[in-house]
Amino acid sequence: MSTAITHDEAHHEDHRPSGILRWVTTTNHKDIGTLYLVFSLIMLFVGGIMALMIRAELFEPGLQFMDPVFFNSLVTMHGLVMIFGAIMPGFVGLANWQIPMMVGAPDMALPRMNNWSFWLLPFAFALLLSTFFMKGGAPAGGWTMYPPLILQTGDAFPFLVFAVHLMGISSVMGAINIIATILNMRAPTMSLMKMPMFVWTWLITAFLLIAVMPVLAGAVTMLLTDKYFGTSFFNAAGGGDPVLFQHIFWFFGHPEVYIMILPAFGIISEIIPTFSRKPLFGYSSMVYATASIAFLSFIVWGHHMFTVGMPLAGLLFFMYSTMLIAVPTGVKVFNWTATMWRGSLSFETPMLFAVAFVVLFTIGGFSGLMLAIVPADFQYHNTYFVVAHFHYVLVTGAMFAIVAAVYYWLPKWTGRMYDETLGKWHFWLSTIFVNVLYFPMHFLGLAGMPRRIPDYALQFTGFNQVATIGAFGFGFSQLLFVYIVYKAAHSGEKATDRVWEGAHGLEWTLPSPAPYHSFSTAPTVE
Amino acid sequence: MLISKIKNAGAGLLAAVLLGASGTANADWGMNLPKGATVISHDVYDLHMMVIWICVVIGIGVFGAIFISVLMHRKSKGAVAAQFHESTTVEIIWTIVPFVILVGMAIPASKVLIAESDTANSDLTVKVTGYQWKWHYDYPSEGISFFSTLSTPTDEIYNDAPKDKHYLREVDHPLVLPIHKKIRFLITANDVIHAWWVPAFAIQADAIPGYEHVVWTEIEKPGIYRGQCAMICGRGHAFMPIVVVAKTDADFKKWVAEQKAGTATAAVAETAAVAKTWTKDELVAKGKQVYDANCAACHQPTGSGVPGTFPPIAAGKPFSASAAMMQHLTERGFLKDGKIVMGPVKHHIETVLKGIPGTAMPAWGPQLSDVDIASVITYERNAFGNHTGDVVQPSEVKAAR
Ligand code: HEM
Ligand SMILES: [Cu+2]
Repeated sequence: MSTAITHDEAHHEDHRPSGILRWVTTTNHKDIGTLYLVFSLIMLFVGGIMALMIRAELFEPGLQFMDPVFFNSLVTMHGLVMIFGAIMPGFVGLANWQIPMMVGAPDMALPRMNNWSFWLLPFAFALLLSTFFMKGGAPAGGWTMYPPLILQTGDAFPFLVFAVHLMGISSVMGAINIIATILNMRAPTMSLMKMPMFVWTWLITAFLLIAVMPVLAGAVTMLLTDKYFGTSFFNAAGGGDPVLFQHIFWFFGHPEVYIMILPAFGIISEIIPTFSRKPLFGYSSMVYATASIAFLSFIVWGHHMFTVGMPLAGLLFFMYSTMLIAVPTGVKVFNWTATMWRGSLSFETPMLFAVAFVVLFTIGGFSGLMLAIVPADFQYHNTYFVVAHFHYVLVTGAMFAIVAAVYYWLPKWTGRMYDETLGKWHFWLSTIFVNVLYFPMHFLGLAGMPRRIPDYALQFTGFNQVATIGAFGFGFSQLLFVYIVYKAAHSGEKATDRVWEGAHGLEWTLPSPAPYHSFSTAPTVE
Repeated sequence: MLISKIKNAGAGLLAAVLLGASGTANADWGMNLPKGATVISHDVYDLHMMVIWICVVIGIGVFGAIFISVLMHRKSKGAVAAQFHESTTVEIIWTIVPFVILVGMAIPASKVLIAESDTANSDLTVKVTGYQWKWHYDYPSEGISFFSTLSTPTDEIYNDAPKDKHYLREVDHPLVLPIHKKIRFLITANDVIHAWWVPAFAIQADAIPGYEHVVWTEIEKPGIYRGQCAMICGRGHAFMPIVVVAKTDADFKKWVAEQKAGTATAAVAETAAVAKTWTKDELVAKGKQVYDANCAACHQPTGSGVPGTFPPIAAGKPFSASAAMMQHLTERGFLKDGKIVMGPVKHHIETVLKGIPGTAMPAWGPQLSDVDIASVITYERNAFGNHTGDVVQPSEVKAAR
């Protein structure tokens, strides 16, 4: 099927500085992948601590632990940290590790740029997190940064804008690198329609990133000039339009949510066939479904703005286009189900997370469909129902996929197996608590609890308490994950090259751990 | 034994979920949309239930198939993998069928939406304006207008007093509306974006500065309907409820007449009050009420402010904040050597009347009367350990406007 290189062949170019400098100067896709993944894990905990503080305040009605301004800062920073710090870098880390190995390349196409795209991130987040200590506190207008409210931010404001710029530059450079790698460095025998699904979904995601990150950069720059340079883009009193910001933001924002899920689709499409011992059902329809989701994601942004008072024609257009997204999304879910159907299934930890993904992501899809129904969205919008929706797609969707991917490929990265029993514990604890945490939020939203409030009317107490218990359970369960990964890297059993009985794909033809430079001669794909 | 217990618990939970879904759940564990009090809200409820049931049916199909695979097609049970991996027919079926279902959902949804968009031919117009953090209601043709502010005492919010049944969902002046009339709302905001949301009417409308967002409702039965601001709008976002009292047309007319009479006498009284010379004690007593209702949200009931964000009122407290705020405070003489001081009365009046641009301090001029502003300033200058002894008369405020 392919020719794997041996460790020795790779060794002669394997001169690298040791210690901290190795990580600062590295241009190696695996090192950079590791950096991204570690960074993402740290941000997951930083954002997670904020979430637990939010949930602690919401355990009971009344103000317990914090001033509402600080609460609003937590809500805002939690969103920004999780989206730009945890989920996106998590996927980029996986791309760095896997794409060269999966397309049969030695490394990424643009290794120096790769180094820079990572190293912007710690600075971006140092700027962002430092705002907690500034006069006026951290930004408190929500991750969506709507003016005029966000313009009331104190000294933190320019830091917020600059941090967003850095994250955007990092993402765009990462995306360019991924596109260049996939298009130019594939093994010659790997045609586009033979690429693994993870590679396909990342290729499409990378185009989305290039298309929309500059739009976000433009939006925050306009905020900056409105605040400091006397422009009135969004200031009604100066002839501007606050709704314009929302259009620009969501033109970025909706593709952004697909940026955070398409690579997850790719991961799930790798894992389910492996543990079903059966090829992915409907490979080509999966590719087309991904492409059509990407296209549709540009014409549905208005569904975040149903309550701004759009004309009827606008409401109808965005309702129909949003409902349409359910079609290719459904195709994906059906294909995964058909892949499992009459397979020979086994349930190692990656598979457990993958199956949970399919079920729980679908629940998020259902609530998405409900949110698309405009008259009903007038009732759901800005409530905990929306909070439940996007956490089902982002936590049990994107995050579960990243966790599944780490379990799946970790033996290839480290050459050692993780502890399967502990992995199963991690899975069951996470899956049970995550539902205790988010399922009641559907009820809270329907019963009328708005999102982003530090205090609430008495009838919401019960489900808030349940959710808070779930939150702490879920949060602490993730410590187990850190331990499992640490233990696997240091003292796990030796992994075989193929690792999983049903695994196919070039990465499994390499030795475990994978050599520093992946393929120095292009392998052949059947 | 244990298994049957688990089964019972499971059945109970399922029953609870289904009951919740049909809207009869216990109020404290409310799980579903309220059916509401308007024709539109009933339609919305029906749409919501229709989509839920469609999702449940699809869910049973998909999750059922996954479940069967997980149970039956496992390697440990000796399952051997089939090798099929493609079927254009199947792909076409599961593209077309969902599409048709979606069309089936889109048709009734569009109908309701079209009905909701028809704001013509209304019987009554109410202008709703969002402020940080209260609502203002204006009945232009009746000549009535007033602010509607949270009436929950701060003690309850800080857990120093037991919470009322309507904690955070009670106001000083509710919006009063007639039933069986088509009411048109013109919704806007004065500072940042808010959202006026009353679930019983199935209305959630963003209140945006510079925009006039038009929505309508027709209430079916008298009652009290509660909601709250739905769009994050700063510190007081959780504390700007909406209370609507719906009355029969006759009762509504009576209310309008009372209000008009009230407004007329109030105007006379206000003129008299502005003309009169108040004693310090009168002003301080009134000022405390005004302060607690309007200023305490940020400057705190004790006048201690919030570090970095909201300056203290109590002189002598250290404060540092964003450059814009510091510059303003220093220029007005309210800050010296990093500490709050009581600046000149003239600047105090100006700050309260006009606010501090670029910060959360609003202009209170349009919101409060001369008496309110005079009394709150007098209160601030003589409370929280401030002993200036200054008395600000309503007439001075009037002159400064
Ligand atoms: C079937 C597919 C989906 C549909 C039909 C859908 C629909 C919607 C709609 C209509 C809203 C706006 C709700 C409101 O604010 O009132 C929304 C919000 C949101 N969705 Fe989805 N969605 C889908 C899938 C996803 C996926 C895959 C993700 C991310 C991985 C996602 C993430 C979000 C987020 C983050 C928000 C809230 C943003 C905010 O207001 O802060 N959704 N979705
Ligand atoms: Cu969206």
